Amino acid sequence: MSRIQARFEALAAEGRAGFVSFVMAGDPDYDASLALIKALPGAGVDILEIGMPFTDPMADGPTIQAAGIRALKGGQTLVKTLEMVRALRVENAETPVVLMGYYNPIFSYGAARFLEDAKAAGVDGLIVVDLPPEEDAELCLPARAAGLDFIRLATPTTDEKRLPKVAANTSGFIYYVSIAGVTGAAVPKPAEVRAAVKRLREGTGLPVAVGFGVRTPETAAALAKHADAVIVGSAIVKAIEDNLTLKGTPRAGFLKKVTAVAAALAEAARKARAA
Amino acid sequence: MASDQPNSYRAGPDDEGRFGIYGGRFVAETLMPLILDLEAAYQAARKDPAYAAEMTHLWRHYAGRPSPLYFAERLTEHFGGAKIYFKRDELNHTGSHKINNVLGQILLARRMGKTRVIAETGAGQHGVATATACARFGLKCVVFMGAADVERQSPNVFRMKLLGAEVRPVTAGRGTLKDAMNEALRDWVTNVADTFYCIGTAAGPHPYPSMVRDFQSIIGLETREQMLEREGRLPDTLVACIGGGSNAIGLFHPFLDDPRVKIIGVEAGGKGLEGSEHAASLTGGRPGVLHGNRTYLLQDADGQILEGHSISAGLDYPGVGPEHAWLHDKKRVDYVAVTDKEALEAFQLCSLKEGIIPAFEPAHALAHVAKIAPSLPKDHLLVMNLCGRGDKDVFAAAKHLGWEMGQ
Repeated sequence: MSRIQARFEALAAEGRAGFVSFVMAGDPDYDASLALIKALPGAGVDILEIGMPFTDPMADGPTIQAAGIRALKGGQTLVKTLEMVRALRVENAETPVVLMGYYNPIFSYGAARFLEDAKAAGVDGLIVVDLPPEEDAELCLPARAAGLDFIRLATPTTDEKRLPKVAANTSGFIYYVSIAGVTGAAVPKPAEVRAAVKRLREGTGLPVAVGFGVRTPETAAALAKHADAVIVGSAIVKAIEDNLTLKGTPRAGFLKKVTAVAAALAEAARKARAA
Repeated sequence: MASDQPNSYRAGPDDEGRFGIYGGRFVAETLMPLILDLEAAYQAARKDPAYAAEMTHLWRHYAGRPSPLYFAERLTEHFGGAKIYFKRDELNHTGSHKINNVLGQILLARRMGKTRVIAETGAGQHGVATATACARFGLKCVVFMGAADVERQSPNVFRMKLLGAEVRPVTAGRGTLKDAMNEALRDWVTNVADTFYCIGTAAGPHPYPSMVRDFQSIIGLETREQMLEREGRLPDTLVACIGGGSNAIGLFHPFLDDPRVKIIGVEAGGKGLEGSEHAASLTGGRPGVLHGNRTYLLQDADGQILEGHSISAGLDYPGVGPEHAWLHDKKRVDYVAVTDKEALEAFQLCSLKEGIIPAFEPAHALAHVAKIAPSLPKDHLLVMNLCGRGDKDVFAAAKHLGWEMGQ
């Protein structure tokens, strides 16, 4: 059983929604980013989603674009992102790790070599924004063969006709993009999300995690009532941005302050169904 | 005997939108249903004679097609070799070839019931063409333009505003065409229901590269007919500049299966290919995936996209249309680069010798013509696509040439 599947089964047994955090690898620098990634599970994060920075993130809003630029300026590369996962795995064997990004850095690295190195580093799943089912031969099918989950995004434009195609080679979980838009834009409507989660769960048989636009503990709690997990990216990345000096280095108390933001969101998601 | 050369160079793309390994549909899931709808709508429109008739009517009476095939007598004399013809697409309404494609896409947007049109623009030519067609049909128009380009192409910014379009300067990245395209894609992801994305070049996710090519192929089709009429035979050499490559593929495509026609695409060599200050993705880049398609890209060892550089805002793009990438690999078309300096010299030469101020983009094509024409025989027929006029570039040219312009 994959780490991701095991985690969702444990969540179901506990009767609560999971909390997935997104941070950009190398934001603002390698060391601060690695320390944060290591600390997040202790703050209540059930699944770590780690961004692979890219110069042209066409599905991301300003907050995550800025994080990618900071990471690249700090010298982050795909090689270093895999190194980070290896470093995490030395002390954390349980928390599932999902790498999220765009295809070009992977294509440039070499898809086959990337899958081998990612698996060896302890990566569990991949989300590659610009690889729809139509391009499954590129990375999705080889990833599945290599024992990595390939997590697909479903969106408000994914209708009944489209869903089987999206579901076909997806594994691990379905990432429901709760708004039509870029990351961190509008706020999702819980009632619409509820209907979509139900439809996706029935249509795919997979757990459904909801993300894009979740910024506050209140929204996280509202969505956690219906979803199998809630994903928060921009709000945590914003906390990183808010705790940098003008030079872009971490301020005193950086780690504590950013994990506190993540912890508040995690707490809301975890307790939502008990409330 | 088996050959690795295709039977036809004009058969692509395949059903997946690929030209060999290039092209494809590398977009976020939110956009997939939209580009599938677009593909279906385009296929239906192509079969509808009413659509073709409407296009032809607009091309003729609104855009001013066919554009002349003009014998550039004084430049021919000056170079002393090949007989040089200009395909005068700069005489189109709005001053460039961009209107050919825009009219096709806007008619399609109308058929699809879309009420809002977005576009990216570099030099502003595509933005002006899109704003023009939107004004003509009463559609809301938003144009994304890199902040650096807003600065260096201010006459076009004002034209777009006059035409009723909203121009949104994009400050991300270096503020050029690549960044404008990212922002247009982000807008499209956000406004899926009512918005039509009118892409200006033969790149992006399938079906854009082949759809834009089809609209621009009118350039090559007319050239073929006009040259047969004038000279009784096909041209020997075709030359066009390449940014994304829409004017070039439009001229080239109808000739790809005529093996005796030599075809040359001219990229922007900026300050020279030895450094990183250029926009020559075919001659100075390698294959990668950006903006919905696989193609040649300027990128670093980690697969991060590099900012191109060119004196021409219209060529300042780190990628190129996927069909050009394939034609490059197949060696059917030769791709070369000329520098900013060479283009600026050609810009002046064309103005002096022919009384035509070309845009910086075709000035690149002319700079290459200047290199090859003198050594070609006098009966060698060379056609260069003069795809845009230079009014938009006079301020930038004055600055480069050290001329103080009054306000």
